Formats: sequence, structure tokens, C-alpha cells
Amino acid sequence: MIEQLGDSWNYIIVIILMMTGLFIVIARTNLIKKLIGLSIFQTSVFLFYISLGKVAGGTAPILNGNPGTLYSNPLPHVLILTAIVVGVATTALGLALILRINEAFGSIEEDEIIAAKLNQSLARPRRPLDEASE
Amino acid sequence: MMGSVILTNLPALLVAVPLLLAPISALFPFAGLAWAVALVGTGASLIFALLLQSVTETGARISYHLGNWEPPWGIEFVVDSASSLTLVVMSGLGFLATLAARQLVTNEIAEKDIGKFYAAWLLVSGGLFGLVMTADAFNLFVFLEISALASVILIGMGAGTDRRALIAGYHYLVIGAVGATFYVIGVGFIYAMTGSLNMVDIANRIPDAGGSAAIYVGFGFMVAGILVKAAIFPVHIWLPAAYSYAPSAVSTLLASIATKAALYVLARILFTVFSGMPDVVTIALSNVIVPLAVGGVFVGTIMAIYEADVKKLFAHSSVAQIGYIALGLGLGTPASVSAAFIHIGNHALIKGGIFMAIGGFVAALGARASLDSLIGIGRRLPLTATAFLICGLSLAGLPLTAGFISKLYLVRAILETESYVILSLVLISSALSVVYLWKIMEVMWMQPAPARSPKLVENPAIYLPIWIVALGNIWFGIDASWLVSASQMAAQILFDISPGGGA
Repeated sequence: MIEQLGDSWNYIIVIILMMTGLFIVIARTNLIKKLIGLSIFQTSVFLFYISLGKVAGGTAPILNGNPGTLYSNPLPHVLILTAIVVGVATTALGLALILRINEAFGSIEEDEIIAAKLNQSLARPRRPLDEASE
Repeated sequence: MMGSVILTNLPALLVAVPLLLAPISALFPFAGLAWAVALVGTGASLIFALLLQSVTETGARISYHLGNWEPPWGIEFVVDSASSLTLVVMSGLGFLATLAARQLVTNEIAEKDIGKFYAAWLLVSGGLFGLVMTADAFNLFVFLEISALASVILIGMGAGTDRRALIAGYHYLVIGAVGATFYVIGVGFIYAMTGSLNMVDIANRIPDAGGSAAIYVGFGFMVAGILVKAAIFPVHIWLPAAYSYAPSAVSTLLASIATKAALYVLARILFTVFSGMPDVVTIALSNVIVPLAVGGVFVGTIMAIYEADVKKLFAHSSVAQIGYIALGLGLGTPASVSAAFIHIGNHALIKGGIFMAIGGFVAALGARASLDSLIGIGRRLPLTATAFLICGLSLAGLPLTAGFISKLYLVRAILETESYVILSLVLISSALSVVYLWKIMEVMWMQPAPARSPKLVENPAIYLPIWIVALGNIWFGIDASWLVSASQMAAQILFDISPGGGA
């Protein structure tokens, strides 16, 4: 049992990170913290893929001419390169939205925003964003 | 020579043209030019989709190898009867939505942002086309995120008139990203067990994996992720806010094409990728998809009955209609899946028309469309309101409208499976949907406009696209043969591609 854990400790870290991230997304009301949770959640998936691609004892997948060489599988790593780009874009867009939300509602706490939404749906004049950005 | 190059590269062009035109439209400082670029992009996609449909109508299957890498190593685009039908529906409604957008955005989005608006618009379209065509499970995730991030931008642009659009966009971003990440986890498990990312190749290799639990876990994660994107109950919560606070033109585009693409992907995953383990898929269909679909139908309809904001009302109704489509997929017979495809087409027409007309009301009134502001609108904006009425009747499923054909084929498919409980639930929910439609129609047509209400002018640029869609609803209600035969072919193709078979 313990030996098994020793062999697959990276997957245990993946699960811990995954649950931590998902919990933050669900439980936190602060919008930035939610986004941090999302990033942790996505990162756990990156680690999952990278672990899949690593072959025990395998070297970097660069052809060296030796037929007997054991290589790691490069494909999952390439996939994760793409997923990292997607993750960065998601985080950037989320942060940009939070900036706008803070301008429009004066808060980044979800419960305060919901309260503000209930009070007045259009507290600010039309096209507030043009003035704010200048 | 030139023509043949275009013809052989149609699948790639369908994605590349909108994606490449997106930055061009962002560079144009004039709203009219940016719109023209978007119109060219969506018009070209419509032509490409129609060409692809004419080739694959009879069951042919186009396999396009990106960069000439043979599948399963390279990324493959597959266009067959099922995907080409979805592409025609999406690109057709996308084109009409772009036509209508010209006037709808002028009131809601600042002049300097319009170029960027159409850039995101084209990114959504291109991303969704890629989502439908790709046969690579991981590539699908990339297209999922291209279209999702661009949709978030479009939804957030509603902030010019209503700041709640920002919250709706943020929630869609976070919920959508969690859904997409679930999907990627699933793909990871499947890749670990089968060593392949190509959908047909995965289907062929799954029986060799010998019913390993990891395959089932991967299946669950992939389906759960796509359920979020398709807005199937109970993971639909992002949809009502996103549709109702987005700019009118965006609601039209998203309601008619975005969830349709996700539903198509769901069908692909259930019937192509996991065709190697039919027992498990059947259990998932009857124990998960069907109950959720019926739940969505009722939750959507009941929420719509109690909603006073007209845009949100129809967003709730979309949840219910997505439930009908998911029910068709969930019953899992060729007849029910073709009913699902028929409803994918018809619901795109219905909701496209309805959201365009609501956009027309908003543009004319300069206020949110609520039950109060629409009092007597039937006499103040007769052309827009009549088109809205036609689409509304189609939604209710009145004979001679497209909605009736959907209901007819869905009910027939349910009768075939002899599940009378589901049948009665569908009939009850249809009757309930008349409640919320009547509520609006009564306000619009039966009540006189408030005294001293200003005279409203109807703009042909707004009501012409709405009328095209409304007439489409009547056309496909009278002569449904094209859509029905294409949908039946689509269902047949989906079931044919089984391990060792179609590839």
C-alpha cells in the first residue's frame, strides 16, 4: 500500500490540487480568489497530463540515434503547452472582467455585488465605461 | 485550378476564413466596414457549409488532414451528413444574425468598440465551426475555449447598457472553464488508456482496453464537461443571465448557434467516441441524460412562466428547448436522434427570430424589454411584432410552423420507444409553454398602448432579417422534407460509425 503511494505520489498531488482548486471556485465569494482557484484547478490537470507522458527511466524525447533508448512520451507535454496558453487567456480575460466589475459595482465580493444588483440595476449612467477608461 | 484548391480545402477554410477576418475587422475604425467584414466572413462560411452539405448529403464522409498529417497522428476534420447539417444551420443563422446586428449594435455598443465586437463575433463563429468539424478530442477543447472566451467578451460588451452583463460574463467564463477542464481531464484518462486522440481511433481501441474503470471515469468527465457547455439542467445556470444581459445581437447569435454546437458535440461523444462500449453509454443515456433533459424542460418552462423580463424569459425557455434536444439524444434511437437534429435546426430558427425581434423592440423603445414596456407594442411596431408572433407560435408548436414538425417527430420517436411517462411529461410541458407565450402575446396585442406613448418608427434593416427568419419558420413548417431527410441521414451516420465500420 505505502509502496504504491510512493510510486504514484504525483497523482496524489494532482488530486489534492484539483480538489483545492475546485473548492476555492465554489466556496469563495471574492472574484479574484475564485479565479485563483480556477488556475489551481487547471494546473492540477497540467500536472496530470505531464505525469501521464513521463515514462519511468525514459529520457527527453530527442532522437539520439541509439535504437535502445527509452523516451518519454512528448505528446501530452505538447497538449499541455496548448492548455497552458488557454489557461493564461482565461485568467487574463477573467482579471480584465474583474477590473470592469470593480469599476461598475465598486466591489469584487460576490455577495456585495448581488446586493448592489438587487438595489439598482443601472446605478451608473449609460456608457460609463468610456469615461472610466479615459 | 483555383476553384479546385478551394473545394478540396473547404473544411479548413470554414474555420480559417472567420478566424483570419477577425483581426482585420478589429483594425477597422468604422463600424460599417467592420460589419461588412463580419458579413463577408459569415456569408463565406454559409457558402462553404452549403457546398459541404451538398457533397455529404447522401452519406459521403469528407476527411480533411490538417497539414497533410495522416490521422490518427495528425488532426483530422471530418464532415459527414451529421456535421454538415449542423454547420448549415449554424452558418445560416450566423449570417442572418450578422445581417440583423448592423442596426442592433448601434444603440448598445460604443462606436469605437464595434470593430472589436465583430472580431469577437467572427472568433465565436469560427471556433464553433471548428468545434463541430474536428475529429480530434483535444483539438475540440481548443475550439471550445476559442468560442467560449470570445462569447464572454461579447456578453461582457452588454455592460454599455446594463452592468449586470459583466457578472453574467464572469460567471460564464468561470463555469465554462471548469466545464472545459472537466472535459480535458476526461480526455486525459481516455488517452492514457487508448493512446489516441482521434475520435474514430479511440472508438476502435476502447474494446481492447477491456472495460477498465479509467475509461468509465474519462467518459463521465468528458460528458459532464460538455453538459456544462450545452447548458443542460442542472448545469445551465450560466445561460439565463448570459443571454439576457448580453447585447441583443449577441443573444441572437449565441441562442441560435452556440449551444447547438455543444449539443452536436455531445451526440458525437455519446455515439461516435464511445460507440465501443454501448452498454455503458445506454446506461448513461437512460439514467442520466433523459432525467436531466426532462428536468431541464420543466425547470426552464416554469422559470419562464414566472419571469417578467422578456429576454430572460426566453433564455429560460431556451433551457427547456435544449432539454427537448437532449431528450431526443438521450432516448438513443435513430428516430429520436433525428428528431433532436430536426429540433436543433428549428430551435435555431425560432430563437434566432425571437431574440432578433426582442432586439428590435429594445432598439425602438430604448429600454429593456419587460412585460410592462411591451404593452400594446403590437400596434406600435406591427411588422416586428408580427414576425415575433410567428416565431412565438412556432415555439409553441402550432401546425404549419417549424416548431410543430419538431414536436411531431419527437413525439413519434417517444411513442416508438413506448415510454409513456416521458411522453406525458413532454405533452404537459408543451402545454405549460403556452402559458408564458400567452402572457407575452396578451400584453403585446390585447392591451392598448399607454396614452401619449411616442410614435415609434420601424427600421427595415431591423425587421427584414427578422422576417426572413419568420418566413423560414413557416417554410420549414410546410415543407420540412429537406430538414427531415437531412436529419435522418445525420442520425443514421452517427449510428453507423461504430468500431471497425465507418472509418
